[in-house]
Amino acid sequence: MLEAPVVIAASLLYLGLLFAAAWWGDRRADQGRSIIANPTIYALSMAVYCTTWTFYGSVGRAAVSGIGFLPVYLGPTLVMSLGWIVLLKMIRIVKANRITSIADFISSRYGKSHGLGGLVTIIAVVGIIPYIALQLKAVSSTVSLLLSYPEIVMPHRSATIPVVADLSFYIALILAAFTIVFGTRHLDATERHEGMVAAIALESGVKLVAFLAVGIFVTYGIYDGFGDIFDHAAAQPQLQHLMTATPSGTGYSSWFSLIILSGLAVLFLPRQFQVAVVENVNEAHLKRAVWLFPLYLLLINIFVLPIALGGLMHFAGQGVDADTFVLTLPMSQRQEGLVLLVFVGGLSAATGMVIVETIALSTMVCNDLVMPMLLRHKRAALDESKDVSGLLLNIRRGAIVAILLLGYLYFRLAGEAYALVAIGLISFSAVAQFAPALIGGMYWRGGTRGGALAGLSAGFAVWGYTLLLPSFAKSGWLPGDFLTQGLFGVELLRPQQLFGLTGLDGISHCLFWSFLANIGAYVGVSLVRPPMVAEATQATLFVDALSESGQGGAVLWRGRAQVNDLQELVGRFLGPARAQTAFAAFARRQGGSGSSGSSGDGRPEADAKLVQFAESLLAGAIGSASARVMVASVAKEEPLSIEEVMHILDEASQLRTYSRELERKSRELTAATLELQAANERLQELDRVKDDIMSSVTHELRTPLTSIRAFSELLRDDPKMHLADRERFLGLIVGETERLTRLINQTLDLAKIESGRADWNGCELDLKEVIEQSIAAISQLVREKEAHVEVDLPDNLPLILADRDRLIQVMLNLLSNAVKFLKPGSGRIRVTLALLADGLEVGVADNGPGIRPEDQQLVFEKFRQVGDTMTAKPSGTGLGLPISRRIVEHFGGRLWVESVAGEGATFRFTLPFAVVQQPAAVVPEAGTGGSLS
Amino acid sequence: MSKKILIADDEQNIVISIEFLLRREGFEVLIAGDGEEALAKVRAEKPDLVLLDVMMPKMNGFDVCQAMRADPELSATRILMLTAKGRDTEVSKGLGLGADGYMTKPFSTKELLAEVRKLLEM
Repeated sequence: MLEAPVVIAASLLYLGLLFAAAWWGDRRADQGRSIIANPTIYALSMAVYCTTWTFYGSVGRAAVSGIGFLPVYLGPTLVMSLGWIVLLKMIRIVKANRITSIADFISSRYGKSHGLGGLVTIIAVVGIIPYIALQLKAVSSTVSLLLSYPEIVMPHRSATIPVVADLSFYIALILAAFTIVFGTRHLDATERHEGMVAAIALESGVKLVAFLAVGIFVTYGIYDGFGDIFDHAAAQPQLQHLMTATPSGTGYSSWFSLIILSGLAVLFLPRQFQVAVVENVNEAHLKRAVWLFPLYLLLINIFVLPIALGGLMHFAGQGVDADTFVLTLPMSQRQEGLVLLVFVGGLSAATGMVIVETIALSTMVCNDLVMPMLLRHKRAALDESKDVSGLLLNIRRGAIVAILLLGYLYFRLAGEAYALVAIGLISFSAVAQFAPALIGGMYWRGGTRGGALAGLSAGFAVWGYTLLLPSFAKSGWLPGDFLTQGLFGVELLRPQQLFGLTGLDGISHCLFWSFLANIGAYVGVSLVRPPMVAEATQATLFVDALSESGQGGAVLWRGRAQVNDLQELVGRFLGPARAQTAFAAFARRQGGSGSSGSSGDGRPEADAKLVQFAESLLAGAIGSASARVMVASVAKEEPLSIEEVMHILDEASQLRTYSRELERKSRELTAATLELQAANERLQELDRVKDDIMSSVTHELRTPLTSIRAFSELLRDDPKMHLADRERFLGLIVGETERLTRLINQTLDLAKIESGRADWNGCELDLKEVIEQSIAAISQLVREKEAHVEVDLPDNLPLILADRDRLIQVMLNLLSNAVKFLKPGSGRIRVTLALLADGLEVGVADNGPGIRPEDQQLVFEKFRQVGDTMTAKPSGTGLGLPISRRIVEHFGGRLWVESVAGEGATFRFTLPFAVVQQPAAVVPEAGTGGSLS
Repeated sequence: MSKKILIADDEQNIVISIEFLLRREGFEVLIAGDGEEALAKVRAEKPDLVLLDVMMPKMNGFDVCQAMRADPELSATRILMLTAKGRDTEVSKGLGLGADGYMTKPFSTKELLAEVRKLLEM
């Protein structure tokens, strides 16, 4: 079934599906309901990192060096999990400055330099071309493999095939066409492609599913699980070196350089920069990508070793290229459906990479290479044409075709000599050259344009000499002499043993020398002179991007420009309608006023903010350096001196300091206000409590007064009252006055205790004696009620420290309470004294009506008398128990009640031993050995 | 026929003094020691006037007053609130609930009698 038409139909169908996804993504974006505003989509789009290198090449690498395929995934994993803060800073900078590509980033950092942007673009294009060739190689070899199905014939190429008959040429063209349709349909100031991201995320899913399917098929279909494959492989001596962690001699340096390279690549490859930074919708998405992307890498690597080992054993001695195992293993088993899925997965990996990479590169070529040249040489022509947005798009389209054709060319020239992974690493090494200028620029204010230019040039030159040229030489397109004998026969200049450095693999060798040259030149040249105005300005914006001051955006511009001129200028690049909308939106944000004044001839004049806004709009379309030049063409700019710039920056930062100070003050004020409110509420609450108590006290005072007054008036108004009534009333009056006196005394007493002004006469005393004295004092009352008092008071208990009179007060209160509630005739009170571990416990039990559980706390509240079971409320002031409890607590004890309703109540209190409270008193006695405790 | 007056108060001595005062003036006197008992006796005996203490167990004077005013059969019964809490809010609360008069403890016996006669329209 796998004839050519089926393969082609499947490929086109799949590309169609991608296009549908992209179209849908764009449509949703236009409707403002972005589907890519989702952290999972963001993480999946980052997986564009996994190309055919991963899909086919990892197995090839593993077949040669075992786990040697792994470091290029460890690098990104480390960077994402440990270095995400760098990525976050890049995202902030890009958003704040409307940066469109990595070339724009570097150019913008070093004073919006055209030269620098151009150099970065050239490095990127030259560096990435082998990588694109890799994709072409993978796709074309898998296509030819499929076309010879069911035979497994290794595609053998010769450079003699005419281009018109070469399948890969057409693949390159189809990819170019597809990319053009995908990425260059319109211009956007932010250079974002929502549809593309949606399609890339879809592709990431497809390639993962396809690879896992092959892995599961090989591991569990052909073999019997992981254990089985490794057992079989272990039995073959020639495979054993693949299963150890100590590869050949250069292993460790190679691992180290691969981890470094891949970690840098995942940040600086143009396509990674595009999806991870430029296309980022929301920096919060980074949170999920930080673990999801490494997880994706882990998943897509799980089956690499089993497939490699399975392939090596299955095709032993048949000359099947290990890079094709992913496809040829299912082919050998006649799994046509799986074969097609794998092919589509590989196609996914290739198209995803090619689309994003060429879009990113074409943007760079257009904004940082072609536009500056047009600006310089065809200024007049550019000024005349009213709308150049179409021209911009065409430049990008041309760039896409050119880049893919260059990729095809490299593939024709050098594609056969290298495995997939080796080609990819050449690109990684080129991209790594951006690191010093870029990372240095983000964290070091001292970096200058000259330093960046020197560093990049030096690094790039070393890369070309030690890696790119040898790759041509090894494919026979350059004389191989200079590899073995060095340039001009000078041995020290041998490209892969430069200056006699041997013992490293080609990649580590290149990394070492290129970084030495790159970093050395960057730092060295930067230190030669201090940064100029433009550089210092941009350095501040970049280095402080994560801090508050980086976002304030001091306006470093002084000059005159007319609003109309600016809008017209922006309109020429973005289209008049978009420009109109953008300017109107800006005016609304600025509140209509303040952004423009009026010049002498009545035309509105733009202020610095508007000029900056126009520049950032243009920067989105043509790059920051070109935008700078274009704006300068319509604005009469007066140059600022470095002192002035520093002054403005300084002022801005001072202003920010002031405003932070103000914010802090205002926060403090708010806090203080809240505290005041709380304090006021507490005061009011206290006031209310005091009011309640006063109200209770007056109520308690008025009640006896009412009886006293009423009886007195009755006696006064009726001199002839019966003697019996007269005596009764007088007795009641006396009783009520006693009640009044008691109430007043207790109220004052409680107030004194509560305010801490009570007098306490602490001394050591025998509690038993106190209790007996109290019982004697109350005996008259007990007799009146015909009650009986039982005591259980052991002798020789330790002394306690307390105030004798106060303790008698407590005991009398408890005893009289007990008596009060006894039934006449059958009443019984039991007083006990018990020894505890750290003190004594007194109990006063009665056989009265008891206290309901819900009332057992209430009886200790002021003026709370619990007497619902009786018709009349109990006599007493309602202060006895609250006072008693405070007295006991004053001496470190506790007073509480235990009761079952109907079975009487027991009040208990504890008091601690005297020794604890007054250790000094027992010290003299210690010597005599006669201590009581 | 003599008028019937209910004294509702939990302070025994106050009850004794008012009872003596009213009987001497020829009124028929009933007594209740808490709010529930007071309401029950009002419903059973239909007194012409209730002297109602506010702070009583089980049901306070305000609630008794409210319950009486909600009962149409008791609309003829006059209510004189007696309380030891003489604050303005208490006075207006009592009158708002439908009491006909309000006296603060301690009171003069003469004034109490005058108020009682006024409410009974004697």
